[in-house]
This record gives sequence, C-alpha cells and structure tokens, in this order.
Amino acid sequence: MYSERSGMMEMGEVMEQVPAKTGASDDAPTLLLSVRNLNVQFRTNDSLVHIVRDVSFEVRAGEILALVGESGCGKSVSSLAVMRLLSDPKTTRFTGEARLLGKDYFALPEEDMRRLRGRDIAMIFQEPMTSLNPLLTIGRQIAEPMFEHLRLTASQAQVRAIDLLTKVGITDPERRLTQYPHELSGGMRQRVMIAIALACNPKVIIADEPTTALDVTIQAQILDLLQSLVREMNVGLVLITHNLALVARYADRVSVMYAGKIVESGTTRQVLETPRHRYTEGLLAAVPRLDVPRMARLQSIPGQPPSPRNFPRGCAFHPRCPAASEACRSQPELSATDKGQRYACIHPATAWLATTQTNTASDPANDRLVRAPVLQVRGLTKDFHLKRGGTVRAIQGIDLDVPEGGTLGLVGESGCGKTTVARTLLHLQAASAGTATFRGSNILSAGKSELLKLRQKIQVVYQDPFTSLNPRHRIGQTLAEPLLVHGLCVDKRAARARVEELLDLVGLPRDIAERYPHQMSGGQRQRVGIARALGMKPELIICDEPVSALDVSIQAQIMNLFADLQNKLGLSYLFIAHDLAVVRHISDVVAVMYLGRVMEIGTRAELFERPRHPYTRALLAAVPSLGDENRKSQAHAVVKGDLPSPLNPPAGCVFHTRCPIATDACRSTIPPAVALSQTHRVACIKAECP
Amino acid sequence: MRNPFATAVSDGLWTEAPKHSGFLHRYVLGQPLGALGFVLIVAGFAVSLLAPFIAPYDPLATDYGNAVAAPSLAHWLGTDSFGRDLFSRILYGGRTAFLIGVSASFVGCTIGLFVGIASAYIGGWVEMIIERFLEILLAIPITVLALVLVSSLGRNLVYGIDLNLILAIALPIIPKMARVARSQALTIRSQSYIDAAVTLGFSDLRIIFRHMAPNITGPYLVLLTAFISQAILIEASLSYLGLGVTEPTPSWGLMLAGNAFNTAMTAPWIVIFPGVAIAVVVFAFSMFGDALRDALDPKARADR
Repeated sequence: MYSERSGMMEMGEVMEQVPAKTGASDDAPTLLLSVRNLNVQFRTNDSLVHIVRDVSFEVRAGEILALVGESGCGKSVSSLAVMRLLSDPKTTRFTGEARLLGKDYFALPEEDMRRLRGRDIAMIFQEPMTSLNPLLTIGRQIAEPMFEHLRLTASQAQVRAIDLLTKVGITDPERRLTQYPHELSGGMRQRVMIAIALACNPKVIIADEPTTALDVTIQAQILDLLQSLVREMNVGLVLITHNLALVARYADRVSVMYAGKIVESGTTRQVLETPRHRYTEGLLAAVPRLDVPRMARLQSIPGQPPSPRNFPRGCAFHPRCPAASEACRSQPELSATDKGQRYACIHPATAWLATTQTNTASDPANDRLVRAPVLQVRGLTKDFHLKRGGTVRAIQGIDLDVPEGGTLGLVGESGCGKTTVARTLLHLQAASAGTATFRGSNILSAGKSELLKLRQKIQVVYQDPFTSLNPRHRIGQTLAEPLLVHGLCVDKRAARARVEELLDLVGLPRDIAERYPHQMSGGQRQRVGIARALGMKPELIICDEPVSALDVSIQAQIMNLFADLQNKLGLSYLFIAHDLAVVRHISDVVAVMYLGRVMEIGTRAELFERPRHPYTRALLAAVPSLGDENRKSQAHAVVKGDLPSPLNPPAGCVFHTRCPIATDACRSTIPPAVALSQTHRVACIKAECP
Repeated sequence: MRNPFATAVSDGLWTEAPKHSGFLHRYVLGQPLGALGFVLIVAGFAVSLLAPFIAPYDPLATDYGNAVAAPSLAHWLGTDSFGRDLFSRILYGGRTAFLIGVSASFVGCTIGLFVGIASAYIGGWVEMIIERFLEILLAIPITVLALVLVSSLGRNLVYGIDLNLILAIALPIIPKMARVARSQALTIRSQSYIDAAVTLGFSDLRIIFRHMAPNITGPYLVLLTAFISQAILIEASLSYLGLGVTEPTPSWGLMLAGNAFNTAMTAPWIVIFPGVAIAVVVFAFSMFGDALRDALDPKARADR
C-alpha cells in the first residue's frame, strides 16, 4: 500500500536501529516505549511539588496500556513528560529515562525531539472541540504533519489524507478535506484527531481522556475504532483515563496511579479481578457496575485524594486505607511480583469480589412505585425560538412520575433535553406546554406567592460544584441566607444552630462554615450544595448530574449520602444523569430520553434486565462496565452515526436514523407509548416483538 | 418586605469582610506596590488638604516681573506666564483633581455597574433599551457630551464645587463601565449559584446586590481607578473650553491647557510639573486599585 511504504521510506534514525515489524506474530510483540523512573517536579512560588514519582511503564506493539487514576494523581502530567512537552526549566524539572525502540530520547536535543513528536509518538487530547485549529481545513490539518515530517507533496498528502479519513470511519472523505472543524460533530472531530495522530505512522499514540467529552454511544464508536487500529497497525496505545469501566473493556494491561505513583500494574484481568493494592480494591468497589446485581451501598473510600503539595509519607494511601498499619507510615513502598502483577502494598487484598457481592439490594415492590406520585409531569414541552430563525424542540411532550419517597432516574445523551426538564420544572425557564402537578398544584402555572412556597418544597442540587456556590460568601453565609430570607429561622442564633445541624446531616465538619468555596474539595462543595437544598426542608430534590464532576471515590460517597438522606428524611429525587450505572444504582424508576422524547420508562429491573426499546438496548451495549474484561472478544452492538440536531429532529420516531430495526413506518409515524406493565412503557412500534 | 441591602447574615455571625486591622496589615505587607499607591494617595490628599499651610505663595497672586521664571530657591518649581508660583498652584490644584476626579469616577462607575448588571440580569426588552441607550451615549464624543450637559444645566455650586460639572464628567463613564459590568454579569448569570439563588426564592434586588455585584468588584475597582485619570483629563478639557473650572482657580488640567504649550519649548517646567502630578496620582490610584482587587478576592488571599 502506498501509505505504508511512504511511511517506511521516511523513517528516521530511531527506526533504523530496529528490525522491521515482525508482521502478525503475536508471540513477542516489539517493545515500543519504555519509561523508567519518571519524576516530575513543579516549582511554585514557595515550594517544589513532586507531582510524578518514580513512574515506570512500557508499551508493546499492538497493545493498549491504560494509565488510570483519579484527578490529581499525575497521569496527565506523566503523559506530557513522556512527550517532553514540559520543557520550561524554570518551572518544571523532570528526570528519568524514556526509550522509544530502545533509544533514550530524553537525552536528545530539542530540535531532534521535535522531529520525533508527531512522527514516532503522537498524541490525542481530550477536547475535540478545541484541539483543532478553527481557521484551517481538515485536509490542511491532516496534511501538515506529513509535510513536516515525511516531506510529502501536496498531492501525495491528499491521497494519504483520504486514505486516513476512510480508515477512521469518516464517510465522503474528499468532501471532508475541504471542511472546517466547526462543520463536524464532536465525534467526527475526534476521528479527525485520530487521523492526524496516525498521519505519519507513529509507533506509539498517547491518548489523554480521548472520549471524556463525548457521549456514550460516540465513545464506544471512537474506542472501538482506536482498538481496531492498534491491532491492525501494530502501534502501542497509552490510554489515560479515570474510567475503570473503559479500562475493563479496552485495555490489555493497566497501571493504577495514586498520588503520583503507580501503585499496581498488571494485565487488565489480573488487576480488575484480583486487585492486590488496597487502593485498587477500594476504587473497584466504589464504581457502580452494570454486570452484577445492584449493591445496596457503594463502598466508598473515606477521605479525599491527597493534594500534590503534601503527599503522605510512606504509602500515600495509608490515611484512607482500612488495612493500614504503622509499617505503612514509615516503610518505603515495595514492589511485589506475583505472576507479573506488581503492587506496592504491605497488606495486599485477597478475594475482594466475595465481600461485595453479598451486599445486593432487593427491589422495591412495584405497587409502591405507581401509587400517588409526588410529582406528575404530563405533556411537558419546551421550544426555544432562535433569533436567527428556527426552533429547537428541546422537549417534545413527555410524561414522567416521580414516586413518593423514591427516585426517578432520567438518563440520556447530551442534547436529549434532560437538563431542560430540570430547568423547566424549577421555573428557570417557562415551559411551552404541559403540566407538572406537585401536591395538587401545577408548578408550571404557579403565581408568584405560590411559587415562593413551592420553591421551598422543591429544591435542586447542581452538577458543577465549582460554580454552584457564590465564591465570595463563606459556607455559613451561603447556608444561612435562605433560612433567614424565608424566615425558617427566627434569628441568627437559630440560623447558626440550624447550619451546624445541616453540616452534620451531610457529614461535614462544623468549622467548614467559616471557609470559602475555593478552600474546599469538589466533594465537600457538593455536600454543601446538598445541605443548602436540605435547609429548606424540601420534599422533592431535583438533582442535575450531581456526581458527574466528581472522582470515583467521592462519587460513591455522595451517592451513599443521597441514599441515606432519602431513608432518613423520606425525600423524593428526580435524578438526572448520563451515566447508566449511576442511574441504575440510585433509581427506582428510570426514564430514557432521546432528542426531547421519553423512549422508554420502567422500573430499574424492567429497564436494565428487559429493555425493549432499541435505543435503550444500544445505550446499554455502548456503556462499558467492569466485568467487560471477560467478554472482550464479543462485538458490542454499537449504534451507528451521530445524534441528529434537535434543531431539525427526524420525522416519525426520532431514533429511526440510527435504529437497526427501523422500517418505513418508523419514518412517518410518531410511535405512541405502549404499556407493557403498570410501570413499563415503551415508545416503539416494534415494542411488542421480543 | 425583605430588604435587599440587609447584611443580617454577615454581621456578627460569619464575618463577611476580613477584620480591618488584619486586612490592612496583610495588605501593606503582601502588596508593596499597593501600599506605595496607598501612601501616595494619602500623602497627595493630605498635601492638597493642607495646601494653605504648606504653599509658600498665594496660588492666585500674579507677579509679572517674575513671569516664566525657572525653578529656583524662591520658586521651587518655577512660575508660569503670569508669574504665579507653580508649586503653590500644584498643591491647590490637587484639591480640584481629587474632588472632581474621584467623585466623578465614583459616580460614573457605580451607576454604570448597576445599570450593567441590571441589563444582564433582567434581559429581554429592558436589556435591549438599556443597551441601545448606552450605545447612543458612546457614539457622542465625550467632550461634546459634557459640553452639552454643562452648557444646558448651567452651574450648580455647592460649597464651591460645581455638581453639574461632576455629573457631566461622570456621564460618559457610565456606558463604559456598564459594558464591562454587563459582560461580567452575563458570565456570572450563567453560573449555577445564581440559578441556585433563584430556586431558593431570593428577590431580584437581593440577587443583584448580594450575589452578582460583589463578584464584579475586581473590574469595578480597576475601571474606577483608571477613570479617575480620565476624569482629571476631561476636567482639563472642559476647563480649557471655559466650561469647567475657570481661571484663575488652580487645576492641573488647566495648567497644561491654554498657552502652556506655547511656552513649553522655552519653559518646560510649566508643563512638566503639572504633568508629573497627574502621572503620580494616576499611578497611585492604579496600583492601589490592583492591590485592593487582589485583597478583596477571597481566592487570592494567602490564608488557606
């Protein structure tokens, strides 16, 4: 093939020292990248922060290595250091050794390193929206590394660019070459990024959270593509992610990072099925999963991940570790080896799955779920009329019931209208049509004084703990203000007592009242957000993606808090999320939305065990879960194509453009909701078929 | 009726602003340039306040025999073309500068701040009308606008200060501040803590005054200090046209205007010293404003 050969001809000095690819032999895949004892220090005003500590890993041809960890663990900084993109000697210092095909390129002068970057090691970044230059065409951006590194002519580059776009699954590549980034969807742009990364036949690709900004169905498409390209082209992929479920589905080997160090590494099955380090064990127990019966409680890791400014001495995990002993405090970490699995733990875990699986929850009786809902939404519709003409049909007549004392989970991809539902119910936007009955009164048509009363009964917890608190108010002030404004507390003394009560309720220390939001972690802020809502003594709390901005270990804490508060205070939740595992864990009833319509609604068991709508099935197939490491060979039924624009939703069933079983009838008629049981309704004309 | 200005929550319960002594302490030690600005402002203010005791000459006394004299022991900064002592005139001119500059900038920026926030928060046709009106104001040259105002309103002297002059200088500042405030407010409006305030049933005035305005303090202070210098310059232009401060009242702007530049080649001190006075005051206010902004931002504080 032309492209392959041209790449080979232009191989630089790094390639020359190495024998040619060994073809399809999988016995001894070539060692492509090996990183030894990588250390990165950042100099701040007053101190030296040791952010990456003695990190070592290696990637072989045709292999996916996952570097997994929570935010601040140093995984992204490690990848930048490996690319030698941390080169400002005034603020950063990095030491260690990185060998690409045996040659230590950390020792190369910067000019030679520049030639290596993009040709032998390529990088894919998280944000497809901002990592392409908006002023250059797609074709120009794919061709650029080929001009730079391979010295191809314009016509050669064009042929190869078309070839690459076809390879990454972009249809009509000739036309795409002349388009600009804004004309492509997020998924398409990430495909283009992959094409650029592949442009010079790199040996190693580093992908830093490549799908975190994308929807589940698109994420599955992109990672399936990356996986097949890795196998086919025999490149090594370093996949940096916080998502253990992605690791389970796609990685061959995994290294778990905590506080700047690799605490455990091994094959994916070893690490995920028999984790030895206590942190890995805790992390795995904290993730809600789809492959096992639902657990009553998630096992959260207590405390916060440490700040790089003061990593604990000894094993950095010991302040949060249930098995920690005095030895963990003083003893330097050791690396034990057991069938190739390495871990740095003095008290390794054993047989952890047995303990978690006993902890399953029983489902609530169905009759409780249909009896007298606390909130009844009927025919809710919201249109946005754009100034430049056109109407976004954000919600197209949906019916929902939030069970009394229970949780309705609302799940869907971006642009499906789930956040608009929340904003409309909260009167932050006027609804276009429909009713929402809460305790006998219609929220949507409430007058000013009635609304003020309703606002106390219906509260909200927001997604982003970084913007949901006023940065200039102390926490005590934030919590006390609504109490005083609404006269819920007669004076400041009463308010202060109530604030302390609220802080106790959400598990925060009382002295946090004196702090400002920026002095707290994301999880703590989210607790404050919950306390603020609870201050009004609400009956219904609308939660708009309340855990999606949090790290896994913190997410489990907050979800347990939601469950505890529900039991203690009899709260009802409308819980909006895009993460199916989270929704499954917390909800009694689940509604699946797509482009402004409810596709399917049913109890947790009905929806997750007997899904009937093709979209629900597609979502469930696309979402990775722990346990996927065992069925890697199975092809996932990944739904094709992009989400249509809500500005111009498809006629008939909105899902017909991506539906594997769509017929002509689907293209013309809007399917009515078919009741399969008292609680299970499906909007699909083929719902009756098994 | 709830009072949006009430600071019930902040007083006594949880201290809203840092305690004064600690605040100044941190401020002076942590921000040397800000402290310098503060010292210069205080010194300038004190000197112009005490001008009658410090000034060696009557600022209005002419001495044609000694006109355009170079700096000497008798006249430290020289004399102007009327033979008036420049040092004394600069001291007295400081009064005009501080009074008109500070008050005009304060009035203009404060009105602009709330107009901008209200426009962003209320939105819809109110925003449309406010924005169009501000654009009309922006379209008219500053001097022309002030000129029209001063000549149509006449003088309104209170304790020797022309309130209409202050108003005329403040007016062109309003749309500039309002623009900045509006763009900031639009960003803040989209933060979920404002949504949270709405869902907690807070009144519009409470949200504007207690939740939005304090978060625009930074740009407000920066513009406030920047416009003080502008106000001093506008005052000078108006004075030159005979609509502001009139001769022989000493004013730094006025000292630069008129025939000062004709003599500048032969007697540079006539323009240099008033220019230096303006520059020092503008510098002092800018440094002070920057430091104040940092000190008021909880995120920038050192005590974590």
